[in-house]
Amino acid sequence: MASESTRRDWQEGQEAALAHEEQKLREEVLLVDPRPRSEMNRMVLEAVQRITPGYIALLVVLGLITLVGLFFAWGYQMRWGMGVAGIRRPVFWGMYIANFVFWIGISHSGTFVSAILRVFKAEYSRPITRGAEMMTTFSLMVAGLFPLIHLGRTWRFYWMLPIPNQRELWPNFHSPLMWDMTAIFTYLTGSTLYLYLPLIPDFAMGRDHMTGWRQKLYRVLALGWRGTEEEWRHLMTAMKIFAFVIIPVMFSVHTIVSWDFAMTMKVGWRSSIFGPYFVVGAIFSGVSAVITMLIIARRSLKLHYFIRTEHLESLALLVLIFSFAWTYFFFNDFLVEWYGGERVGHEILTLQARGPAAPLWYGMLFFNILVPWATLWNKRIRRSPTALFLITLGVNIGMYLERVIIVTGFLQRNRMPFDWGEYNPSIVEMSIVVGSFAMFFFLYMLFTRILPYVPVWEVHEGQLTHRIVRFGRAVVTARTNVD
Amino acid sequence: MTKPKGEGEQHQWTMVIDLDKCTGCAACVTACYAENNVPVVGEEEVSMGRHMGWIRIERYWEGEYPDVRARFIPVLCQQCGKAPCEPVCPVFATYHSEVEHLNIQVYNRCIGTRFCANNCPYIARVFNWFAPDFPEPLHEQLNPDVTVRSRGIMEKCTFCIQRIRQVEEKAKMEERPIADGEVQPACAQACPTDAIIFGDLLDPNSKVAEVARSRRGFKLLEDLGTEPAVIYLKGGDIYGV
Repeated sequence: MASESTRRDWQEGQEAALAHEEQKLREEVLLVDPRPRSEMNRMVLEAVQRITPGYIALLVVLGLITLVGLFFAWGYQMRWGMGVAGIRRPVFWGMYIANFVFWIGISHSGTFVSAILRVFKAEYSRPITRGAEMMTTFSLMVAGLFPLIHLGRTWRFYWMLPIPNQRELWPNFHSPLMWDMTAIFTYLTGSTLYLYLPLIPDFAMGRDHMTGWRQKLYRVLALGWRGTEEEWRHLMTAMKIFAFVIIPVMFSVHTIVSWDFAMTMKVGWRSSIFGPYFVVGAIFSGVSAVITMLIIARRSLKLHYFIRTEHLESLALLVLIFSFAWTYFFFNDFLVEWYGGERVGHEILTLQARGPAAPLWYGMLFFNILVPWATLWNKRIRRSPTALFLITLGVNIGMYLERVIIVTGFLQRNRMPFDWGEYNPSIVEMSIVVGSFAMFFFLYMLFTRILPYVPVWEVHEGQLTHRIVRFGRAVVTARTNVD
Repeated sequence: MTKPKGEGEQHQWTMVIDLDKCTGCAACVTACYAENNVPVVGEEEVSMGRHMGWIRIERYWEGEYPDVRARFIPVLCQQCGKAPCEPVCPVFATYHSEVEHLNIQVYNRCIGTRFCANNCPYIARVFNWFAPDFPEPLHEQLNPDVTVRSRGIMEKCTFCIQRIRQVEEKAKMEERPIADGEVQPACAQACPTDAIIFGDLLDPNSKVAEVARSRRGFKLLEDLGTEPAVIYLKGGDIYGV
């Protein structure tokens, strides 16, 4: 008898332990913690309407910084000439190009987090795709401005477009700049459509649940979506095609950006590793930026139910992996230049390590290698939003420094020692740089209150296909394949 | 040598600079400023590395004090046969003239990407950072045969293409070939020691063809394969000693 009751006690204890496990798993993983669709709809729509006085004030400040810092300074530069920037012979490219490369890098976040994880069926990425895709579109808009700001005669930029003209000239497609323009335009178009497609059912949801100007806007943007079987099938096909097609476009964009440098005869730039080196660097900074923005957005939009620690942790692991990859490429590039022993190359490396701008170089190594390697192996740190916020912000500072070093640092030394020169950005350049950051945050913030930040239907779909199962004593999530 | 239709004579304009004769007096630089309407930008801009000269005297110090020697080398656009600046321009503002073997810079096409300048191993290109300023009475001496460039565009040595054209047209009118030494760029004309010799390398009897065969000859950064049209002569020590 005694043994009978012991067994029962043991079974009950086991059952309680498993239930506890289940509960923990549910708190951890969004896809096995379902809530009614109506409640999720409400949460997302409330987030879109969360307009506080602080939000408006910040938006106005950012808008003003954009107007004055970016557009006024740009106009000033156009009026008086490129000379108001700090560039000089032989540093013909300065902060503008460094910024261009940086923002193109940030734009890799959306495609990577959204398309690549979608193609590989990384289910956890469902609630964070929208935030990442928005980063792609808006950072590309900012990036696209910089080649124009950089032009000596901006008002003639359309001479690069292949349109019939009185000069009877076709653009020179031998020039990497033409490839660049083509790639960026393709990427901007593609990523905007890729952002829009999964938004359609969310627009329809908003149209059905809201009033006011948003309802009118969503009615137009939802394209008459009713949610019939056929509509879903078309949407799924379109999204699948886009997810696959946008990936090679993403790789091409940053590879071609790197070719702006690698195709030249410049020592230091002329490197066959630049293509993958730039792509890896872009994803490294892009994924870090996604974490930073998710932490901010989750807090200000009160989306803790959707964007959980599990998401931040998974992305933080990606950051660590890409830090390894970036270091590998950096080391390759550095070692070959150093070991090769060409005089000019040596001068460049010496300048980086011991010149007046050496803090930039050491800062890059600190933020891109030392900090991620020293912290992100630790699960506790990977699960701490505050730590992640600081680390990922640091990674982007480091990657920004990398771009400044590659563009302006390498140009200061060349094969003609008489024409070496130092470069210091001018106040106009710095103003435009600050303005570009303000513009990105302005656009992103503005659109978090226009577009539903979380794709509710995708989360809902994920929750329908996931559940908790028990295998003996193990409690795991299981997925039903519905494709 | 094939003649493209209606393009006239083929030439290979070449410059030989005898470094053993060069004293670094910078008369060529001054002459170039005057001939080609190169703006004077002032001390402050020059100290920022923004002087606009199309030719510059590079000066290198050799040895330790008190046994110091200065070496000069005038550097200008090398009119490369395979110019790195040409393919990178998105709007054909710089391109190759097959007939004259010159790098042409079309000011009106330039939109100012400055890609060409970054890719020039000789750092021979200059950019108009600001609109040019020719305060009175400097505007009186502007050369009417040369465009005054606006802000935001690239420029560089043209081998005084306006002078080449003038002589070509005159010879064509008089139905005779161009004589050796008839085309003189401003720098060659001004050089007091005749260190700069200019002419057509395709004419085997020209002075330039003769000195180009000198054993003292070398080209700048020749290993890059840019095929420069400027040949430097250098033998012995400085001043030919």
